Amino acid sequence: MRKKRKSFITAIVLVVLSGLQAGAIHAWGQIPAPGQPPRPPRIYVPIQSDTTRSLNSHFTLATSSKKTPDPKGFIQRWLVLEPVKKDIARNNIFTESYLRTTFSADNFSNDFTVVPKNGETTKIGEQELKWYALDSKLFNFKLYRFAYAIKKPQNGVLFWVVTVINCPEEIKNVRMAAGCNSSGMFWLNGEEALMISGDKDMVVDNCTSTRLTLKKGKNIIRGAVINGPGMIDFCMRFLDEKSQPLKNFTISYE
Amino acid sequence: MKNSKLKGAATVLLLFLAGTLVAQVGKPFIHDPSTIVACDGKYYTFGTGGGGLISEDGWNWNGGAVRPGGGAAPDAIKIGDRYLVVYGATGGSGGHKGKIYTMWNKTLDPNSPDFKYADTVVVATSDGYEDCDAIDPGVMLDPTTGRLWLSYGTYFGFIRIVELDPKTGKRVQGNKSVDVAIVCEATTLVYHDGWYYLFATHGTCCDGANSTYNIVVGRSKKVTGPFVDNVGRNMLEGGGKMVAATGGNLIGPGHFGRMVIADGIEKMSCHYEADLDQGGRSVLGIRPLLWKNGWPVAGDNLKEGTYEIESERRGYGLELTVDLTRMAGGMRGFNRNNDEPVKPVPPQQLADVISTWPTGNINVRIGDYMARPHQKWTITAVPEAGGYLGGPYFKITIAGTDRALAATADAEVITLPAFTGAPEQLWRIDQLTDGTYRIMPKVVPNSKEQLALVSSGDSRPTLAPFDMNSDDSKWNFKAR
Repeated sequence: MRKKRKSFITAIVLVVLSGLQAGAIHAWGQIPAPGQPPRPPRIYVPIQSDTTRSLNSHFTLATSSKKTPDPKGFIQRWLVLEPVKKDIARNNIFTESYLRTTFSADNFSNDFTVVPKNGETTKIGEQELKWYALDSKLFNFKLYRFAYAIKKPQNGVLFWVVTVINCPEEIKNVRMAAGCNSSGMFWLNGEEALMISGDKDMVVDNCTSTRLTLKKGKNIIRGAVINGPGMIDFCMRFLDEKSQPLKNFTISYE
Repeated sequence: MKNSKLKGAATVLLLFLAGTLVAQVGKPFIHDPSTIVACDGKYYTFGTGGGGLISEDGWNWNGGAVRPGGGAAPDAIKIGDRYLVVYGATGGSGGHKGKIYTMWNKTLDPNSPDFKYADTVVVATSDGYEDCDAIDPGVMLDPTTGRLWLSYGTYFGFIRIVELDPKTGKRVQGNKSVDVAIVCEATTLVYHDGWYYLFATHGTCCDGANSTYNIVVGRSKKVTGPFVDNVGRNMLEGGGKMVAATGGNLIGPGHFGRMVIADGIEKMSCHYEADLDQGGRSVLGIRPLLWKNGWPVAGDNLKEGTYEIESERRGYGLELTVDLTRMAGGMRGFNRNNDEPVKPVPPQQLADVISTWPTGNINVRIGDYMARPHQKWTITAVPEAGGYLGGPYFKITIAGTDRALAATADAEVITLPAFTGAPEQLWRIDQLTDGTYRIMPKVVPNSKEQLALVSSGDSRPTLAPFDMNSDDSKWNFKAR
């Protein structure tokens, strides 16, 4: 996994260096054969400045126009808070206990039905962070790309997201279905709906909730997605009793 | 001195083998191995960082393979009489600006005078900020068209497929990449029975025993996708059906490679992020590759143990040709009082019957399995005998005895009173693509033919050429 490979390569370099220091070839099986020239140093290609770096590459600014789920039911409109910087070296720390503690401590509001305003700022710890209302151009929401576009940290970060879905009538026995990289938690109308713990991949319908009821009118979804090194993104939709995507609702950010 | 060393090594190996599955022996330490390729009677695989492993028998692996260029996660393929090695130059460098190179060699043997890598050719790149990371290449020569395809990429964006020229190893002019998957890495394409399969690795790598690496697959009727899993989920949505996951002390399989050995016999190579029996190091793994309902799944190399050896033909069991000794537990009769106490009947033991058996050679046959001592076979690895791709040679003995199954010069099978280590008493056991097993003697005395244990009729075990299309050639190992 690329998000861990960096530390792996570092480890290799350390092992090789320590091996050279000891004047002996260690047991690693990938050493050039005796008599062969030492391999050239690995090419490091520095990243050039990205002239295309903008929110527009993966998002559009959300508007008050009517927004429906995509053809497969994915919710693409979200209010997203600038990343909360966390000191996370590895993704295997995301136990349920860790997530509950972190999401409780680094929360912007204990009222899980509150809907922030687009463009307003909020303070978490010492960090002053801004809300953006965005429509993802993809079925999933690439938080990494959001952070990259606004020149904020992309690794070791916690994102808060909020959206509002408007149902024309009450819908019973639906399941919230989400996937995220690496871990996350989602709430529906102030109640915990989904916990995704561990170092997960962003896979469609990776985790589903118990049966839920969507109210007629506004339903408020809050999510927290966290990651250490590497890509961070999530996707969400609702499934009906036949595991088919729910599409008869609209999405807004207020 | 040499002998005592051998015995010592054998003892250590036996400790490893007892009741567990072992990846490979020797110093099979590698990460991100390329698909295993045979060259001039040896096997080769290359890994991250440069270099790689060599094996003379496919079971005992050691360093010594040579791949210049460093970088990460190579792949290799034989095309015609040359070998094409592909690797990502920038894997793990921190950024996502990458280049994938190809280079040819006439041989993979670094001691050969023909050993010389040609100049590298860039076949794919990523600019560092696009949704792709050009490392982790995998190559497939399409057997239906002769076209050469390369898949590459990691978690950072899309897995992509491009077409290469199988004559030059260069990118086909004008070819545009196709996005086929997300949230995975270490992909490779495989063609099987009208489908193209995209194998990929999910989970966390490079965290030793805590790595969650696992190998998944999706399939498509077109080489460029869409690749869909068993529940209809596109790999562009993260889909993938499990092929191999952690099992026992072998943690985190990743970097799939396929080898077709013969009709019905396929192997997959991978690395395990950690082999707990080998200090938690990352090691090369070789396992049978099975196909079930059109989907590939990793089989298991046979564990040592005591089994019924069941013929797939009829379902009878392999047994010594000795008289069946009746045991307690006869028919109780009808209309008996069912309130009488229930007392267990002890199963027949070896000691109950062995004195009735001849002490010399005893023939074998196939008969109704009754869980009797003459039908229970113990499979034990013989470390000093070497091995084959993915496994050690075994001895097959009657449980509780040293009486060993052996091939005869007239292509029949017999049991000898004691195992001597002679090659005709050593057996290669390969799991077949349908989950059954092929059992082959290491040698048939006075013969160069490669023969397998087969059923002649329902009751006669003999040696004959293996036929994947016949249940006569197939066996099951049942621990019961």
